[in-house]
Amino acid sequence: MTRKTALIQGNEACAHAAVYAGCTFFAGYPITPSSEIAEVLAKELPKVGGKFIQMEDEIAAMAAIIGASLCGHKVMDASSGPGMSLKQELIGYACIAEIPCVIVNVMRGGPSTGMPTGPSQSDVMQARWGTHGDHAAIAIAPASCQEIFAETVRAFNLAETYRMPVQILMDEIVAHMREKIVFPEPGELAIVTRQAPFVSPAEYKPFDTSFGDIPPLAAMGGNYRYHVTGLNKAPDGFPTTKAELVDAEERRQLRKVEAHAAAIEKNEEYLTEDAEVIVLSFGITSRSARFAVDSLRQEGVRAGLFRPITLWPFPEKRVAEVARKTRAIVVPEMNLGQLVYEVERVVKGSCRLAALGRVDGEPITPYQIIDKVKEVL
Amino acid sequence: MAQRYEIRFSGAGGQGLITAGIILAEAAAIIEGKHAVQSQSYGPEARGGASKSEVIIADDPIDYPKATLVNACLALTQEAADKYAHGIIDKGVLLIDCDLVKTAPQGNFTLYQLPIIRTAKEEIGREIVANVVALGAMVALTGIVSFESGEKAVLDRVPAAFRELNKKAYRVGFEKMKGIL
Repeated sequence: MTRKTALIQGNEACAHAAVYAGCTFFAGYPITPSSEIAEVLAKELPKVGGKFIQMEDEIAAMAAIIGASLCGHKVMDASSGPGMSLKQELIGYACIAEIPCVIVNVMRGGPSTGMPTGPSQSDVMQARWGTHGDHAAIAIAPASCQEIFAETVRAFNLAETYRMPVQILMDEIVAHMREKIVFPEPGELAIVTRQAPFVSPAEYKPFDTSFGDIPPLAAMGGNYRYHVTGLNKAPDGFPTTKAELVDAEERRQLRKVEAHAAAIEKNEEYLTEDAEVIVLSFGITSRSARFAVDSLRQEGVRAGLFRPITLWPFPEKRVAEVARKTRAIVVPEMNLGQLVYEVERVVKGSCRLAALGRVDGEPITPYQIIDKVKEVL
Repeated sequence: MAQRYEIRFSGAGGQGLITAGIILAEAAAIIEGKHAVQSQSYGPEARGGASKSEVIIADDPIDYPKATLVNACLALTQEAADKYAHGIIDKGVLLIDCDLVKTAPQGNFTLYQLPIIRTAKEEIGREIVANVVALGAMVALTGIVSFESGEKAVLDRVPAAFRELNKKAYRVGFEKMKGIL
């Protein structure tokens, strides 16, 4: 059987993947360079009985997907820097109220309105700490159209599995470049549906941990009635200030990701086994890095590439392992130093470390990485 | 590193060169089963002023999706020639519209000249198909995809009512280029 292929943009792949994953509700407010996601879903969601809403602003869009998710829908929103800044309060709400949702951030420079049409990777730390307070975070940074499809589906699965927001970080280049994609057949990629309550409406508590760290979530609008709040809450969903309940809640929410880090993390390693220098890079920059690694190998430099596909949780165990076996790690990223500090925290001085930042709206070229590697070695 | 072949289409915003790049990438990736990535300059300068569309074609998966060393370049306007006809490899090729690019860029590449816009206007009857004339010429010049693959990709993309017009534009562009090679 011939499989369906097409030459499409990263944003288009992301939108089609959302439909594949079972998304039935998208709310958004258009913003460059993410708008094609909304454009495609405006056409595609009605075909599968889903709903697309263009809201009055980015905050309302985030609020709308939270509401729809509580009603049992798989939901998505897409934006970029200025919009992501606005959404942070409600991302925190989705964290504490444990509401599954997928938020795509096609990164552009900043702060504020920045450079709308230039590629950037400067929201790495926002994806981890953009909303206040201790909270768990999952963020995925795909690097090709095919991977955008697969990782968007995985983002929905993770959101539904761990009952929390999941962010997809892209940049203008991966979002707008066109590549061939082979569409997965229905059933080819695993699809996760959220756990329904095990108990009757009368017995249901929205944050009942007797079944584990991830309480089943009932769809609102049916027989299950419960309270949702942004305040610290007791298992029944109502606010509490009881010290032991608050402490248990906060710790459990971090544990959802920490205890399952191995299942959530995903990396690609290329020629790292014997590498004397490793380029650690994600998203579009990792493609420059791979070009650089091949060129360096041809010159006799034993270079390798470590590409975190999941940025959060950061793959700290594996990065620490590879750092112990190499002389140097170079971290190119389209910002002025974000992921490199996470690498530094994990590497703990076991090898040399160098940052390579670029923020002029142009991608980091393979030649810049080659030069930096030679400088470090 | 996979053997890369890099093509840059440049001209004025609105001349359809991004579409030409997409069609070439579809011919390579979808019809011929190679790997291809198409990208474009994206920003305020892409509207009206000089605009470019780049296609990388390779047998193996492509890592860096932007041009590094351009094998073949097209420039339809003087501004595009000045801004984008650079980074062409030694023994690479540059095709310019000889009516619009009065000062041809200099370099260690082979320069070809065709009246692309005039051909579209006078021989096809519609200036709007200049991008498809240019595509036909670039396919003939580079041989990176076959005549047939390029033609099929053109026809797959245009509305039924304009198929004959575009088919002719593609063929005339291809033949004009063959005539000067």
